[in-house]
Amino acid sequence: MISLSFLYLLLGLLLLWIALLSAFDRTLPNRFAAAAFWGCYALVFLIGDYLPHMLVGIMVVLMALLAGSGALKASAHNALSPKRLEQSVQRLGNRVFLPPLLIPLLTVFGVLVLGEIKGADWALLDPKNLTLVSLGLACLVSLPVVCVLTREKPQQAGIEAKRLMEAMGWAVLLPQLLATLGLLFNEAGVGTAVAALSETYLAVNERWVAVAAYCLGMALFTVIMGNAFAAFPVITAGIGIPLLVMQQGANPAVMAAIGMFSGYCGTLMTPMAANFNIVPAALLELKDPHLVIKMQLPTALLLLAANIVLLYLLAF
Amino acid sequence: MLTEVTQTVAVNYWPLCGVALVILGFVLRFNPVLVVLVAGIGTGLAALMPLSQILSELGEGFLKTRTLPLILLLPLAIIGLAERHGLKQQAQAFIARRQTSSVAKFLTLYLAVREGTAALGLTSLGGHPQMVRPLVAPMSEAIAEQRWQNIPDLMRQKVRAMAAATDNIGLFFGEDIFVAFGAIVLMHTFLRGSGIETDPLHIALWGIPTALCAFAIHALRLHQFDRQLKKLQADAAGNTAKDDAVINTNSSTGVN
Repeated sequence: MISLSFLYLLLGLLLLWIALLSAFDRTLPNRFAAAAFWGCYALVFLIGDYLPHMLVGIMVVLMALLAGSGALKASAHNALSPKRLEQSVQRLGNRVFLPPLLIPLLTVFGVLVLGEIKGADWALLDPKNLTLVSLGLACLVSLPVVCVLTREKPQQAGIEAKRLMEAMGWAVLLPQLLATLGLLFNEAGVGTAVAALSETYLAVNERWVAVAAYCLGMALFTVIMGNAFAAFPVITAGIGIPLLVMQQGANPAVMAAIGMFSGYCGTLMTPMAANFNIVPAALLELKDPHLVIKMQLPTALLLLAANIVLLYLLAF
Repeated sequence: MLTEVTQTVAVNYWPLCGVALVILGFVLRFNPVLVVLVAGIGTGLAALMPLSQILSELGEGFLKTRTLPLILLLPLAIIGLAERHGLKQQAQAFIARRQTSSVAKFLTLYLAVREGTAALGLTSLGGHPQMVRPLVAPMSEAIAEQRWQNIPDLMRQKVRAMAAATDNIGLFFGEDIFVAFGAIVLMHTFLRGSGIETDPLHIALWGIPTALCAFAIHALRLHQFDRQLKKLQADAAGNTAKDDAVINTNSSTGVN
């Protein structure tokens, strides 16, 4: 059976290679900090299951400190010369879209076809993580396709992956760290506390009120924090799970999907999400730094209302 | 009825400090990674966990959420190599080739392309530095210029801002219906941690109604925006060139 551990191994090897490349890259500012970061990340994937949790926790703290203090800088990158790029563009045409598009197509193929190859006590792909395993295999199959199309060696694909990861900087770590924080919140009883508050102060017997409280809570928290990912664990543990799922019997998949989108409505309205709302105003030389938000505001509010209606109609 | 239960059981409100720390950290614009780390440790301390337990919980949580970087990082090798060989240039050429007669039509087309490609996982095809500034904003402005002479400055600014807004909206409400997007796996992992099993594919599919609404609502607003531009232009023309009848008729009828 192909399970997630196979993909962890694959990614672990990729990260280990990036760590080695970083360590020997003399052009990279503080290359040893970067190498330590990628090396720790590689170990989490390669042997994480065999390490004591506390040791992994210490590595997480180390990685967060390294990433948070700006250890991940972009190294010098040798892009194709303009002439060779032009040749590639001419030669490939729209076929350059093929490998990236193969990933979602093969993922769906994996879920619908390969996922069905199973018997009573075995399965080709781990049924508990079918979508994720399919995605991993889709990437694995797309790699030779993109290498043949672009006439590059697989090593170059690794170098490009490194370039994109470095470009993300600390943002590489953020989604996983937020998810970890969400689990820690659960463990520490943050959800219980928020739930106790919302049950005391909200008229939760009304389904409408619970639905609206969840969507508006997601939007409001996102406006304050500028990040829907950070709002999701708090509001879902506090309002979504106790009120909508436990009390009203909402479908959790619908609740999560529409809840996150309600958070995105908040992202459209807040200067806190600077990358999306303030940076473009500067890039486009707008006199009013909030003009992009002003243009987004009506769409965001209408869509938030639509989300409340959709969640009410679809989740029950 | 749940209300009564929670009132009888003593609830420890101290862990809420963690939420406050997250809010405070994000509002004060500290590095988000450090904010999350401090909030995590702070929450654990507020819940009276010993430090060793907090570290263990951090480690265990990090191992449980390894699916997130997996789906984020594995496709990068393929996308990176395609980018090296002109993925973005092809996308720009695709947008630049379209001939459209109004700002609303052009931006609606861009919205469709941006949302559609994001839904297929190609989130890096758009973006403000790569696509909006060099292409979408100037093209929108050029279309407005073709229709009306002497565009007032406010109108130019609004057209550019709308181009940026359209990129954001297309990206946000497209990417979440792609299974491999981080948000989907974040939701899946978090719900699993809370003892609720969901299928990532279902979360992605249930995002589609909102994605369609987002497209419809923003397309409608772009249509309205065109009319607003027409009015702005008419006002400006009325103020600056009352005697110039040609510009006035041009701007009020428009060429569609």
